[in-house]
Amino acid sequence: MSDVFQRRLKRRQRTSRIFELVCLLSTWFGLVVLVVLLTGLMLKATGTWDPTATGAAKATENWLTPTLLTNHMSSDPERAGMVASIWGTCWLILLTALLSVPVGLGAAVYLEEYAHENWLTRFIRLNIANLAGVPSIVFGILGLTAFVRMFGFFGDPTAIGVPLGIGMLKIPLPFGKSLLSGAFTLSLLILPIVIIASQEALRAVPQSIRHASLAIGATKWQTIWHQVLPASLPGVMTGVILALSRAIGETAPIIVVGAASYIRFNPGNIERMSELVTKADGLLLVPSSQYTVMPLQIYNWVLNSPDPEFKNVASAAIVVLLVILLLMNGIAVYIRNHFSKRLDW
Amino acid sequence: MKGQRHSLAAKASGRRFWESSIEFSLFSCALVSVLTTAAIIFVLFSEAIFGLGGSVAFFQEVSLWHFLTDTKWAPQYGEGEFGILPLLVGTMWVTGIAALIGIPFGLATAVYLSEYASPRTRRIIKPLLEILAGIPTVVYGYFALVFITPLVIEPFAKFFGIPVDTFNAVSAGLVVGIMIIPMVSSLSEDVLRAVPRGLREAGYALGSTRFDVSVKVVIPAALSGILASFLLAISRALGETMAVNIAGGVRPTLTANPFEQICTMTSNIVAMAGSDAPAGSVQYQSIYAVALSLFAITFAMNVLSQFILNKYREVYQ
Repeated sequence: MSDVFQRRLKRRQRTSRIFELVCLLSTWFGLVVLVVLLTGLMLKATGTWDPTATGAAKATENWLTPTLLTNHMSSDPERAGMVASIWGTCWLILLTALLSVPVGLGAAVYLEEYAHENWLTRFIRLNIANLAGVPSIVFGILGLTAFVRMFGFFGDPTAIGVPLGIGMLKIPLPFGKSLLSGAFTLSLLILPIVIIASQEALRAVPQSIRHASLAIGATKWQTIWHQVLPASLPGVMTGVILALSRAIGETAPIIVVGAASYIRFNPGNIERMSELVTKADGLLLVPSSQYTVMPLQIYNWVLNSPDPEFKNVASAAIVVLLVILLLMNGIAVYIRNHFSKRLDW
Repeated sequence: MKGQRHSLAAKASGRRFWESSIEFSLFSCALVSVLTTAAIIFVLFSEAIFGLGGSVAFFQEVSLWHFLTDTKWAPQYGEGEFGILPLLVGTMWVTGIAALIGIPFGLATAVYLSEYASPRTRRIIKPLLEILAGIPTVVYGYFALVFITPLVIEPFAKFFGIPVDTFNAVSAGLVVGIMIIPMVSSLSEDVLRAVPRGLREAGYALGSTRFDVSVKVVIPAALSGILASFLLAISRALGETMAVNIAGGVRPTLTANPFEQICTMTSNIVAMAGSDAPAGSVQYQSIYAVALSLFAITFAMNVLSQFILNKYREVYQ
């Protein structure tokens, strides 16, 4: 009797240990893949070790060179650079942030601070959750129709001028294959993420802050503007940076809304940092300019380039892209840790 | 005195106006998301079914029956053949392989993190998995095409004597599976950790091992949340585009062999958008029909997962 019990107990404990090992190994699987992916790309980009050499002669060459960051596209892999795509990505993300952050934060403030619990609020919430699950390529289709072509509403492409201090800002109608189309599309794409992250940040602000502010006679908006928003800022910024780093990596919708695949100039012809100040009229051309972005550049080098050497250039470009993303994630984590310590309710 | 009261009242009414206009503009911000959904549905339906504004809709040219039952997808040749089955099969291969990788590994990771790992280990591993989720999908596609296919799949298939295409469904499915591991693990871990300690302790008090408690108590208690996470991950895999486009190829084939080149719905849209089909032609309109099918499938899965979450959630006090 006790013998049977002992044997069964041993067996059950063995099952338990094996199960723990399986779970542990599964966890390691993901991490090992991450390490293999990063080191493999790094080694291929620097040419230290290349098991998949695509161009025999130059396979073990360092592709991670300064010219990659300073040159424009070229048909010669050794001189090809990605400067246009780096500027394109920066401009696109800047415009996307300008469009999506105010709207996303506004929606979150409405849902958290104003909305009453009724069918409309529930519907909006459900809708945001669903929108977060819509494939990004579908947003691309939406952007293609609503922004690039504007439903074919404008028979002939026209443009309207918006007078600004330094000159006329020309906005093409329909947007066509300009930075504006890309920025609007990406804004809609990351809007649900921005809203959800901001809602969480707002929810983390304790009610007592609101009550105290309202009790000394502040209006609802004064309470939100002077107390709740500043307190939730670190959380909101963390969420926004993470959403934007997702936008940097998006390729599919950008292909569909027609970023140029071969382009040898930066948006607005601004080639240097200093020209941001000296060439003010170039700034106004940026929104209507053609562009390309880093992941699209990588895609074209991987698939649409006749010379297989470009696969090596692509690996170096991927390293650049990943470094930028890692930096952004690092900043987000820093903000989260640094500011959440000081705000000790 | 009287004038002062008057100005106070005016100030109050001005402020009230200001407050309500702010509330209205914030409400409009919240409406943008609803408008986005409406716009997506309008765009897909109008270009695929109704054909507003003089253009001819896809389903006015190609019958729904042919679209669903024809076994060939060849929009570029002649009149064009528009049977979605090859695209559907390609998508199923990639999603199926991805689910086979992502779901078991993701769930096991979630169980490890929630039931076994110390808080310190969890603090280290979770951000690392988040990095895995944050890598752009183009990079995964490149990894599959340049590393996984030649270094893992080809030797493996050669051993069994199976020919492998440069672009194939297995490598695409593998990387998409890896991509959804963090999604399954983080969503599932949240629901596993929400199961109250008391249930676990009751299990241990009855002499259960950790395996018994995890598999027979905690997982069943969190089942609805776990299933919802699976559905969300699968719908993510269905909508995955760039990795599948780079690693899986763009040749629509109705195939039972995952080592062949395939074309998914998503990668067909990218290929067509990049081609030079003129706007308004039936080839061009076909991307709307494919996008509508994709949207319908993922939408159904998202709604189903929300339904499961709400309906079968075990609520603990």
